Amino acid sequence: MNSLGINKAPADTRVVVAMSGGVDSSVVAALLKEQGYETIGITLQLYDHGQAVGRPGTCCAGADIQDARQVCTSLDMPHYVLDYESRFREAVMDDFADSYLAGETPIPCVRCNQKVKFADLLQTARDLGADALATGHYVRRTDADGGAQLLRGAEEGRDQSYFLFATTPDQLDLLRFPLGAMTKNEVRDHARRFDLVVSDKPDSQDICFVPNGRYADVVAKLRPGAIEPGEIVDLEGKVLARHDGVINFTVGQRRGIGIAAAEPLFVVRLEPETHRVVVGPREALMKTTLTMREVNWLGADAMPAEGVACEVKLRSAQPPHAAHVHPLDDGRAVVELVAPAEAVAPGQACVMYVGDRVLGGGWIERSVQETNRSAA
Amino acid sequence: MNVYLDHNATTHARACAREAALKAIDLSGNASSVHDAGRRAKAVLDRARAQVANLADVGSREVVFTSGGTEANNLALKAFGAMPLLVSAIEHPSVLNVRKDATIIPVGPDGCLNLDALEQLLTGNEVPMLVSVMAANNETGVIQPIEDVVSLARKHGAMVHSDAVQAAGKIGSAWQQADLVTLSGHKLGGIQGAGALIVRKHISLKAVMGGGGQELGMRPGTEALPAIAAFGAAANEAVNDDLAGVASWRDALEHEMLAAAPDAVVLGRESERLANTLCIAHPRIDAETMVMSFDLAGVAVSAGSACSSGKMAASHVAVAMGHDGLARNAVRLSLGWSTTQEDCLRAAAVWKDIVTGFEERHRAA
Repeated sequence: MNSLGINKAPADTRVVVAMSGGVDSSVVAALLKEQGYETIGITLQLYDHGQAVGRPGTCCAGADIQDARQVCTSLDMPHYVLDYESRFREAVMDDFADSYLAGETPIPCVRCNQKVKFADLLQTARDLGADALATGHYVRRTDADGGAQLLRGAEEGRDQSYFLFATTPDQLDLLRFPLGAMTKNEVRDHARRFDLVVSDKPDSQDICFVPNGRYADVVAKLRPGAIEPGEIVDLEGKVLARHDGVINFTVGQRRGIGIAAAEPLFVVRLEPETHRVVVGPREALMKTTLTMREVNWLGADAMPAEGVACEVKLRSAQPPHAAHVHPLDDGRAVVELVAPAEAVAPGQACVMYVGDRVLGGGWIERSVQETNRSAA
Repeated sequence: MNVYLDHNATTHARACAREAALKAIDLSGNASSVHDAGRRAKAVLDRARAQVANLADVGSREVVFTSGGTEANNLALKAFGAMPLLVSAIEHPSVLNVRKDATIIPVGPDGCLNLDALEQLLTGNEVPMLVSVMAANNETGVIQPIEDVVSLARKHGAMVHSDAVQAAGKIGSAWQQADLVTLSGHKLGGIQGAGALIVRKHISLKAVMGGGGQELGMRPGTEALPAIAAFGAAANEAVNDDLAGVASWRDALEHEMLAAAPDAVVLGRESERLANTLCIAHPRIDAETMVMSFDLAGVAVSAGSACSSGKMAASHVAVAMGHDGLARNAVRLSLGWSTTQEDCLRAAAVWKDIVTGFEERHRAA
């Protein structure tokens, strides 16, 4: 077995490295090349960079693509740029806009992994005869009886497993995450050791197609005229103020509501059908039950009918909650939290863990109660 | 050994071109200078000009050197202000993207210009027009009916520009009848950095750039002497190229590729094509995957006109021919003066491996 768990000599193992132009994926390429694998760098052109930064007419490719190319050149490995603009627009950007307009708080990076990187790119890797597709994600993967398992990344604050919950067993089969057991500092050390041009490049923070963080502008451009003003109401339905569009709010938000009140007000829920933002005191944010859709199961066989005791993460940067998850029909599941959790936002992911192992997850839905209220 | 079958992008420098370029580098004179070194540089320039003029069958004073095909195309299309412009749908981006107000002349499914459409566009127009139709297409190799274009244009008082960067040195003589012709040194076996616009003497053309009086005032700037010298030497040799070998290898390659993938489509196959060009689309393998697979097997081929990012775009030529469904699948193999029969055999074998490997994997899945 080689270091990627494939029963071949590294020189006979073809590995496609998904390269973003950042430090992490560049180090993956360098490490695998150093270990003697036949490495191929691929960078996806996901959106028109010139358009995104408001400078149409400039080259469609951002600096990241050039960085990835330079890294590959310095490592003497082939590098290709694939045009995924239309796929990305349909599977990620349109979904992002529609999700916001539906009163959700979407995570486009998960959609991108799920519908672009681990779908079309993975197929391309297979078509190139690759034995593995390697990425720079901070997650671990282990081969066990019954197939590959997905584990949290070793470094606490770096773990990206929340964003990979939708990875299917079939995708996991081909995927490799060489950085999962490392810390970011170790990765930066490697980058300097390889003298990569990107070794001092800062980590990306924003959603890639929203470079300045102004996501509402992006939604407005993608769905012209779809953003409508409405009312901010309290739990009893009393109108407190007006707002410019539900997309400017997310459940749990406290700042920027613009209403003076005796006790702090939080966004409790969004009702896009009536363009209403419902605010209330902190207690109103607490929830013990939620449902999720499009559940991806990464445990053994199928999710047990009697349910599974696990921990769930409801936001990427929040600690997990003890929970019991029961499967429902049509790929949904109901999540019973042992203790109430705050600010459960529709559109975010609910990811299930047992210890370090990722059991899968789904998309948090607006509750039946919420939907009924909106419809009423 | 790697196999290079992307000669329509750029071809290997010929030995004579290399030698001419090196000599020109050592001269180090400016052709506009009055001293001895300047005169020596000027002599190299004049010689190259005569060689290129001979290739185009024009007089030396009708050759305007430029930095390459793109600049020559820009000069031809921009030098007449807002004169109405007709361009074919299959032109290179350096023609298609120059003037937003250009009217597109369609082509047929065979990749040839639709002459009826051209005539309609020309008819009833009182103002002088400029028509730009390439001599042969860079992606499919389909030879365009320039003779008919020229006679139609003459009948209607229009001028003709023809981008002949792919045709020059491979086919005569129809493109030589155009009023303006674009040539490129590195497509002929020169080196990158020099091209020419042929401006027939009855045409007066205004420079697009301001500067000195070089190139009869039509293209100011110190001439790129090494590249121009190489262009001249390559042009001189290219007129004597024997393309019989290339033609038979291309045909054999095409035959082998279709045998390995009977439902693949050769674009422009029913038309008269350049002997060196083969554009083929596999219905199930996209061009990106195909180009990468060829490259990983050591064979250089291309798809569409690559963006500078390296991103492969859908072929606008295939779309113009009505093959929308194949536009993302068409790959181009183009042979050159240095191509050998072994190169073609190797490319055919690699294609077969790619296609059978793909079908096997997808059958298994």
